[in-house]
Amino acid sequence: MRRMSMELDVFVGNTTIIDEEVYQLWLDGHSVSDAVRMRLESDALSECEASGEVLHSDTMDQYRTFQMCERLLHCPSKLANQLLFQIPAHRQAMLIERYYEFDHTFAREVLGKKLSKGTKKDLDDISLKTGVALKSCRRQFDNFKRVFKVVEELKGPLVENVQHHFLLSDSLARDYAAVVFFANSRFETGKRKLQYLSFQDFAFCAGQLISYWTVGAVDNMMEDMDVDLEKEFLHDLKDLKVLVNDKDMLDQHKSLVCYQLKGKIKAFSEMEANFKNLSRALINIASKLTNTKDVRDLFIDLVEKFIEPCRSDKWTVGDLTLFLTHYTSTAHTLEMFRFQILWERYMGVIKSCILKMYHD
Amino acid sequence: MPGKLKAKIVAGRHLPVMDRASDLTDAFVEVKFGNTTFKTDVYPKSLNPQWNSEWFKFEVDDEDLQDEPLQITVLDHDTYSANDAIGKVYIDIDPLLSSEAATVISGWFPIYDTIHGIRGEINVLVKVELFNDLNRFRQSSCGVKFFCTTSIPRCYRAVMVHGFVEELVVNEDPEYQWIDRIRTPRASNEARQRLISLMSGELQRKIGLKVLEMGGNAVVGYLQCFDLEGESGLVVRAIGTACTLDKLSNTYTPATAINPCNSSPSKDIKDSPQAVPSALGCRSTHSSPVHSASSRLSQGFSVSVPTLLFAGMKHRHRSSDGPRARQCRAGFGEEAPGVPLSSGPPTPLRAQTFSSFSPSKSYSRQSSSSDTELSLTPKTARICLSPSSPTLQSKSSPIPTTKALRSTTPPPLHVSQSDTAMLRKSVSFSEDLLLAASGMGSGGSAGKEAGPLKALLRQQTQTALEQREFPFFTLTSFPPGFLLHVGGVVSARSVKLLDRIHNPDEPETRDAWWEEIRQEIKSHAKALGCHAVVGYSESTSICEEVCILSASGTAAILSSRFMQDSALDTEHRLSRQQASVFTSGAEKGEGDMGSTASLGFEDLMSPGCAFCHIPYDELNMPFPAQLTYCHCCRRYKVPDVLFTTIDLPTEANVTGKGCLIQARLCRTKKKAQGEGNATAISNLLPFLEYELHTQLMNKLKLRSMNALFGLRIQISVGENMLLGLASATGVYLTALPSPGGIQIAGKTPSDITYEQHISNMQKKINDTIAKNKELYEINPPDLVEEVIGSPIPEPRQRSRLFRSHSESSDEVSELDLSHGKKDAFVLEIDDTDAVEDIHSLLTDAPTPPGFYSCNTEIMPGIYNWTSALQMFTSVRVFRLSNVNLTNQGLNKVFNDLCENLLKSLYFKLRSMVPCCLCHVNFTVAVPEDELIQVAVTAVAMSFDKDQTQENGRQSIDKNLMKAITENEDQLQFPLELSAESSSNPLNSAKGLSEVSGPLPSARAPSVDYSSFTDRCSSWIEQLRLKAHTIRCGSIKTMSSLEKASPLPEGRSRSLRSNRSYAGSSVTVVKMTPLSFIPGTKIIKYLGIINMFFIRETTSLREEGGVSGFLHSFIAEVFAMVRAHVAALGGNAVVSYNMKECVFMENPNKNQAQCLINVSGDAVIFVRESELEATPPQPHSASAQTSSSGEGT
Repeated sequence: MRRMSMELDVFVGNTTIIDEEVYQLWLDGHSVSDAVRMRLESDALSECEASGEVLHSDTMDQYRTFQMCERLLHCPSKLANQLLFQIPAHRQAMLIERYYEFDHTFAREVLGKKLSKGTKKDLDDISLKTGVALKSCRRQFDNFKRVFKVVEELKGPLVENVQHHFLLSDSLARDYAAVVFFANSRFETGKRKLQYLSFQDFAFCAGQLISYWTVGAVDNMMEDMDVDLEKEFLHDLKDLKVLVNDKDMLDQHKSLVCYQLKGKIKAFSEMEANFKNLSRALINIASKLTNTKDVRDLFIDLVEKFIEPCRSDKWTVGDLTLFLTHYTSTAHTLEMFRFQILWERYMGVIKSCILKMYHD
Repeated sequence: MPGKLKAKIVAGRHLPVMDRASDLTDAFVEVKFGNTTFKTDVYPKSLNPQWNSEWFKFEVDDEDLQDEPLQITVLDHDTYSANDAIGKVYIDIDPLLSSEAATVISGWFPIYDTIHGIRGEINVLVKVELFNDLNRFRQSSCGVKFFCTTSIPRCYRAVMVHGFVEELVVNEDPEYQWIDRIRTPRASNEARQRLISLMSGELQRKIGLKVLEMGGNAVVGYLQCFDLEGESGLVVRAIGTACTLDKLSNTYTPATAINPCNSSPSKDIKDSPQAVPSALGCRSTHSSPVHSASSRLSQGFSVSVPTLLFAGMKHRHRSSDGPRARQCRAGFGEEAPGVPLSSGPPTPLRAQTFSSFSPSKSYSRQSSSSDTELSLTPKTARICLSPSSPTLQSKSSPIPTTKALRSTTPPPLHVSQSDTAMLRKSVSFSEDLLLAASGMGSGGSAGKEAGPLKALLRQQTQTALEQREFPFFTLTSFPPGFLLHVGGVVSARSVKLLDRIHNPDEPETRDAWWEEIRQEIKSHAKALGCHAVVGYSESTSICEEVCILSASGTAAILSSRFMQDSALDTEHRLSRQQASVFTSGAEKGEGDMGSTASLGFEDLMSPGCAFCHIPYDELNMPFPAQLTYCHCCRRYKVPDVLFTTIDLPTEANVTGKGCLIQARLCRTKKKAQGEGNATAISNLLPFLEYELHTQLMNKLKLRSMNALFGLRIQISVGENMLLGLASATGVYLTALPSPGGIQIAGKTPSDITYEQHISNMQKKINDTIAKNKELYEINPPDLVEEVIGSPIPEPRQRSRLFRSHSESSDEVSELDLSHGKKDAFVLEIDDTDAVEDIHSLLTDAPTPPGFYSCNTEIMPGIYNWTSALQMFTSVRVFRLSNVNLTNQGLNKVFNDLCENLLKSLYFKLRSMVPCCLCHVNFTVAVPEDELIQVAVTAVAMSFDKDQTQENGRQSIDKNLMKAITENEDQLQFPLELSAESSSNPLNSAKGLSEVSGPLPSARAPSVDYSSFTDRCSSWIEQLRLKAHTIRCGSIKTMSSLEKASPLPEGRSRSLRSNRSYAGSSVTVVKMTPLSFIPGTKIIKYLGIINMFFIRETTSLREEGGVSGFLHSFIAEVFAMVRAHVAALGGNAVVSYNMKECVFMENPNKNQAQCLINVSGDAVIFVRESELEATPPQPHSASAQTSSSGEGT
């Protein structure tokens, strides 16, 4: 090729040809030359005996196609009724799903942060830290922001909104719901003590919160949004204080739990000793949730006030499960306790969040 | 006021943001037709406006309906400044004018802007109400259907094929008008698009008028082209084949009808030209290089034309032992190695060739000086001779012409030379008359050919033959029985100097140019003993003020059955038959008019070989050729190599598979201006063509094949180089002799290393040949043995002996007829060119495993296509950085370009393996100095590997027959027959003939053995052609085939791939350059798609550079084609073709511009499986019946 250079090189199919492998390389933010090198090294193409030249041409072509599609991918519903590219429906779904997929390590870093320009500036740090290419970070960040912006003001169930507007799979839509939810409520996730928690942990918790603590969770009319926690509910949580403030009730609660757990958990004695502290911690968290700041600190509070003490006492997950189960259920048998529904709604979420977060 | 056009603007979507402040758009729409404009209301602040307008009504002449497009402009309303245009949609109303096509246009159209590309979509409804006034004298030709497809469209039946229609219109190119300096690029582009749209509308209308005059109702093989002549104007020209088509009433014929033409030895093959050959040819074998040139001069035409034809000319050169005669064989059509002697004078042929060229120069100069138009003629190349001259008649030789293509040897011209010149003159004269009084065109020729009947014919001329001035057909495949014999390729080129078209209303100059070329083609065909040219096409290449006009086609003899009033040509054929063919008694008895009885005769021989039989008289061949008896039927003579521009006839017997063969050549040329430039070009042309031929022939031999189909030679001219690209599909025709090998000979076997070098090369070549045989499954020998009662076992040898002498003499004795067979093809490598040739021979990379490629519609040897298909366009532009390249270097560069491009395609499409790239269409251009542009459009189609047929159709046939006859009783067939005839009276005759052959005995319930086998074979053949497998040995499969849905298995398989798109709101529109889509049946043709777009950018870098720019433009063009098809209610475009892709860039200014012209036929197809489900098949009888009905 010394004597000539390729000035122009295009390939356009009536049905747009998409090589998933190259798509992934593009999504991962690799340059064309990197992508060519990686393809040359991969085994998958070895039987094609493709030369570097052929691969370069193909890769360039694919990259161009993706760039042209990107505009459409920003509004996935357009992809289905645009006329420019004829792409079979299942390929469209693949394109969209892959485009919106994100690295959990990256998402973990951004989780709970404001999806603003400021955060975007930090992307190079995040890229360094996570090993995700900067280009890819930007795409993922922009996806978060785009989804957030669209869904923020919409009524109805969050997950469905995401799914409907971005045509994502159920699981991916749930992840986006978590991201949006965290970004909206600005939960603190960055503290050192929370570092051990993965994106999946938080996503699970977010799912719980969305499902049980938002307005949409109780009101099927979908008249309000799913993104915010229900104010009234949070306010009512103050009523739970009675469980720790009423000494009789606290003692009674403790004895009921101890009765149930005796012989069933290893850390029984530690539990017995710590019961009042633990119960007080959970109730305090509940009662403070009217305060936005304290809502943000929900996870750090759970870790500091509840999980860490248990962990230091070497509770097993089984212990914790039994404890929380009976801790919740025995409250119903307390004669004076009138907030059964409220209690159930609060503890259901807290229990599953704690269990999810209880690991090393 | 014969028509009312109604349009309604429904809605828009995805509009661009035109108001930055609000991020919204206040859109409204202008609807314009002719000079009338309507507007919708402004739909404020929305990117998805819902206008839902009233019906805008235009009352217009149908003439305007045909010429004008409906023009829809979407604008952004702006209170304070001028409204901004968002983009436009042009809608061609033509499909609504034919009752059989679409009735309404309704759908989403991309809003297109020449600067920004597609900007959103608009939903439009369009209807036309036509009032009936068919009787008045009119300028419109509403109702004439146009098809790009170069065969009889799938759901029609050809009642009559009227013949050639052509027209051209010229205008000034808006881009070069003075006003262009002050208007915006957008305005300029739009003016151009609109003008071209108008011009093509007008052109189509005018052609339609001609068709109506001829009594036809359709144009098939419509080929429209633009010549952007720059300063000198814009030419839009079109050619086509006028036909009378009948819609097959029953669209829901069994799906198997897909290959309508493939079937059957159609009954009319009857007129057995084979028997007649003696009458056909004339005796003049000499080649007179000169006369054509001289005649031209006398006519005052300027032409430089190296015309050549090819078909096997290659032997002649370089073969040291090639017979002299061979050398002079014209490259015309048939390979005509006519001389028996295999050992000729070892003259360095090339030298001869060249020398012969030189005289032409002087001629050309003269002519050029005499006329404004330049004419240059390397007379050598062209061969034309022509028609009717009284003298000739007196000689009694109907075809006086000689084509000496390159006649290297100054043959015994004597008479011909001087005579011909005169002839030529007289002819041209008469032609002029003809033009004036259109209608006598063929009179002259007829007179000549059919001496005895001359008077009669003349009488007929006036009435019958009006259209037959040029007996040309743009079709490339034919209804069964139409194409009788193929002579070979005929082509003509002419170099012209462009000058400004002063009066657009008088395009005479351009008309005259083409007229001249067509005459030449016609005379070439005559020289080959043929009265028609099929697979005819025309093209141009323009660089600055020089224009190369090219035309090519395949000389052929056609049956009269589709011709009107027994067109002249046919007539004389027939008459000749009567007159001279008494010898073959059987036929004569039957009479000329396509009597079925003649079938009997034809049928005894394999129908798949008839078209190969030489149309010329073997004793008086127009050029030397090497003939043998047909290897199928053993009755008639065939040439050793056959080149054609048509598709492989479906009935052809092919051994193994075919492959794409390309010859590529690049030659430097000095920069020059005006006449000098034209002279230089025309001097180069003959060499270029010659070399291309040599390459083609070498590559053909290297693949052990003996025929080329779909040959297309493109010559492209640039400032400082000429590019030549010849593409064709090579196959091994069972009827033709096995090609010899290639032998390399050194000049002087001097030193040992040299010899070693040679023997190494020889070994490589031999290995390649062996490998290729395996690859393409070419195993003719078994076949030969299987041939029942073949009187002449073919000695197939690929000798690599230095001397092929001995062999050929052997053969002579064996064959006992013709001139010896020369077997090895000798390449001498004493000159560098030869080394280069050999090099390029060996550098062509084989296609990767699982891939096949061809430039014809179907790949011989592959029958089981799935429905997975991918049409694509790929464009590459290369910059030659070193200007001082040698020819050899250039060649290598160009060759690498093409090879690399192919490699890339194979890689891209690897997921479709096993697959075949069909209709691979390369176009080359030299957009600027040092730039070479190659564009490819093709379709990749997957096929089922498991079902791949073994090679050698014929051998299978034989096996099948044996198996059948052994295993089964014969009752099956009578049943079959009776079912057929009873159920389908219309077609029964045909069905019978197809299935059983014409023998009376076949119709009787009890069948005699031999005819039975015959029937079997033809029958099976058909089934196979339908792309399905039959496992031999069991007739049960076959019978079930007919009764119920044929091969449900195969179909469901083919269904699977693309079936699941349903979710998308956009109609999936398939596109293919082929005339069909495997696994489906086309139930309706909705109209022709003919679109021209310009795209320009002033922000090239921002759009991703040239590649990004062109990539999105091509994607946009596809999108617009699909949208128009979908709006017509269609779901596919067949016979899609990108005829023009002109790309210009100016990177320094960050600008680029591109023009694309595409065409095709919008259709509705249904899957075969769906078809089966729906209607109770009226043709319960058999697939064949219906297919034959369709085809005929």
